[in-house]
Amino acid sequence: METLVTLLIGILVTVAVYLLLSRNLIQFILGTAILSHAVHLLLITMGGLKKGAAPLLGENATSYTDALPHALILTAIVINFAVTAFILVLAYRTYRETKTDDLHVLRGFKHE
Amino acid sequence: MTITVGIFIPFLAAALIPLVYKRLSNKYIGWLVLIVPLVLFIGLIKYIPLVSSGKQFDHTIPWIPSLGIYFTTYLDGLSLIFGLLITGIGTLVILYSIYYLHEREALGRFYAYLLMFMGAMLGVVFSDNILVLYVFWELTSISSFLLIAFWYHRKQSRYGAQKSILITVSGGVSMLAGFIMLSVMANSFSVRDLLALSGELSDHSLFIPAMILLLLGALTKSAQFPFHIWLPDAMEAPTPVSAYLHSATMVKAGIYLIARFTPVFGGEELWLYIISGVGLLTLLWGSFNAVKQTDLKALLAYSTVSQLGLIMSLIGVGSAALKDLEPIIYTQATFAAMFHLINHSTFKGALFMVVGIVDHNLGTRDIRRLGGLISLMPVSFTIALIGSFSMAGLPPFNGFLSKEMFFEAMLNVRQSDLFSIGSWGVIAPLIAWVASLFTFVYCMIIVFRTFLGKHQHDKIERKVQEGTLGILIAPSVLAILVVGIFFYPNLVGKYLLQPAMISIYPQYSGLDGLTPHITAWHGVNNALLMTISVVILGGLMYKFLRYWQGLYTIPPFRWSIDTLYNSVLVQTENVSSRVTKTYMTGRLRDYLIYIFLFFLITVGGGWLLADGIEINFANDAPISTYELLIILAMMIAGISIIFAKSRITAILLNGVLGYSIAILFVFFRAPDLALTQTVVESVTTALFLLCFYFLPEWKKITSTPPRKTKLLNALIAITIGTVVTIIALIVQGNKMFESIAFYFEDAYRLAGGRNIVNTILGDFRAFDTMLEVVVLFIAGLGVYTLIRLKSEKGDKAVEDQ
Repeated sequence: METLVTLLIGILVTVAVYLLLSRNLIQFILGTAILSHAVHLLLITMGGLKKGAAPLLGENATSYTDALPHALILTAIVINFAVTAFILVLAYRTYRETKTDDLHVLRGFKHE
Repeated sequence: MTITVGIFIPFLAAALIPLVYKRLSNKYIGWLVLIVPLVLFIGLIKYIPLVSSGKQFDHTIPWIPSLGIYFTTYLDGLSLIFGLLITGIGTLVILYSIYYLHEREALGRFYAYLLMFMGAMLGVVFSDNILVLYVFWELTSISSFLLIAFWYHRKQSRYGAQKSILITVSGGVSMLAGFIMLSVMANSFSVRDLLALSGELSDHSLFIPAMILLLLGALTKSAQFPFHIWLPDAMEAPTPVSAYLHSATMVKAGIYLIARFTPVFGGEELWLYIISGVGLLTLLWGSFNAVKQTDLKALLAYSTVSQLGLIMSLIGVGSAALKDLEPIIYTQATFAAMFHLINHSTFKGALFMVVGIVDHNLGTRDIRRLGGLISLMPVSFTIALIGSFSMAGLPPFNGFLSKEMFFEAMLNVRQSDLFSIGSWGVIAPLIAWVASLFTFVYCMIIVFRTFLGKHQHDKIERKVQEGTLGILIAPSVLAILVVGIFFYPNLVGKYLLQPAMISIYPQYSGLDGLTPHITAWHGVNNALLMTISVVILGGLMYKFLRYWQGLYTIPPFRWSIDTLYNSVLVQTENVSSRVTKTYMTGRLRDYLIYIFLFFLITVGGGWLLADGIEINFANDAPISTYELLIILAMMIAGISIIFAKSRITAILLNGVLGYSIAILFVFFRAPDLALTQTVVESVTTALFLLCFYFLPEWKKITSTPPRKTKLLNALIAITIGTVVTIIALIVQGNKMFESIAFYFEDAYRLAGGRNIVNTILGDFRAFDTMLEVVVLFIAGLGVYTLIRLKSEKGDKAVEDQ
């Protein structure tokens, strides 16, 4: 299971990096979103998958899954949401002001 | 204890100045500040009899005990001399500055910097811990920088300030390296521990590097050749600062350091050669260049450089005492150095102050425009005469005594056979004699070009008058000291110099003749003959100055290190800006590539270098069909995003990814994550759609990048993905530490909650969660502002900037 998920993480990272290198603003934002998905999966996989019950003490299980990555990911999801929302609005605003979503043109470079 | 408090009083006063500055009239602030050095000076005077009877004082406050750093202050003969100079000259300088600086100047700032310097300088001389000493050392550089740039609207002030801080701080940093090496050798940061070990360190392999690094610090600070170039430019500071920092105290910190560490390095040949060699060269070069200056302050600056070289060369010769069977010959050189140190502070301080008065009253200090001031400014003339003649080495002034001792010490070098110096020993007295000729010439220039001759009314705009009574007090006190020390030199010798000599040569403390009896007349000897020949020949040289002045226009005499400094500075800027421009392209893609490449090299390279790491699949959990399906779906969705033709497809595919992760979280027994992910993914997708409604179709705008770029992007992306996968697999197979998760399984008892994730967020790491909320809040504010902010009419578009 872990190996399979790790492969998935690798694919997601590849896709994210490719999108990050693109010149298009929206593709860039999508890249950050996918990269954070990959990181969340990476974190939970590192804690070991499906070892024990959900970390709820009421379950009275003999062992629980590692709760620490869960807490980290929860924080990360929320922060990531905040960042994505902000970048999106920033992109929207940038487009409104400059009428372009091409990162090269934004920096003042002409079309190559 | 008192000494420790004494160091902090100026800092405290400096911190208080901004508080009282607003309420107090500018007239009184100087008087208030004056109290600080005066009290400290009187406090230190009380120590003189105690220290001269052989007592030493120390006090320790633990600062970082775990690293062996203690705030230890230590008072002995050597630090007492410097302490008295700092507070004594400090008192006079502040008194002088009250009348010198106009009320409209930013006096609060000025005095705050000056007090900061005073505290730092006291810290340098009283610290026993070398790291504490270093901190204070750099603080003096910083306060000097601030004071040189006091009139920061002038370009020359900024240039001088930058130059001084560049040179002194780079010296200081190398000194720090030397200190660290010393502490490694001696296993202690305490100066006294180092001195106690003095003889035992010389075989260590770090001994010579530590010595050279330490000397770099001392020589840059004391403006020795070739680092002297910052001092003339430091003259852009207000005159009280020049008199205080750049002639009496800060530039002598290097001398203090060398004197302090003489017991450690003294017996070393290289130490002797570097210090006396550099000292003599500085003496000659400084005095030679002083003659050609037309600005009185620049002239004084070069003369300070040269006089510091004189003291330096004496200390260098004096260090030989630790090697020789007849130490007294050489200890006399150090004695002369300490004596000249005090004398220089008195006569140079007086001269600076007089030049300041001339500048203040006439509006110029260019000797080509000055002359004939003797009848208009008789008191200033007298003080200048006393100061200059003392510097030239004429009786009845204190400079005569120390100059004679200097000649004698240099003549002794010739006679000695130490370190097989051989016939080279002749060079030392020769250089001393030639430099004294130039010294004599520029001393005459100071007095006679300024005060004698014809008054040039047409070149002076203001009406010339003598300085006020207040401004004359401080230089008069110094001038009286110049004469007083000549008549009672042994008072200084017994109470100040003897304890200092014992600090420098603790092993010779019982030796008779360590502090010789100073007499003005000791028969006709070589030293006196040298002085007489200097006066006669120097007088002739002054008289016929214009016939040999042309010397300064031909190389190598017109060369200066300044040109080198400037071109190095300009070249460094040019080259670094050129280098920076090659990789700072302004393209986000390039910067991201740097980051990814760095990741590849460090993480991927680390993996390649470390062998013996294997991938272990044994701990893998089994895979169910549902999970396999979901993961396969995610893989397909992820890859398709790249090839998505329209943005809606891309957003929806991203949504597929997000929701699939939520499902995976359910499989992975993480209910909280699944819930959060679902909610967040819904909102994010909605946001994406909302924003995309306003954004353009990407087909239209995105010009398809060239095939090559695309290929490179793909290559980078695939390598990164592979490295991440491999590293993740390695990490899973090799657990190096036990999980700490079981600690949180005690959540009910520790935090009173049954949901472990909740207790971690709300209790164990509550502070973290609170900051997370702050981040959300800030992001919310940002989003709100960006949407609501109306772009103003006439706002420049980004492209135009």
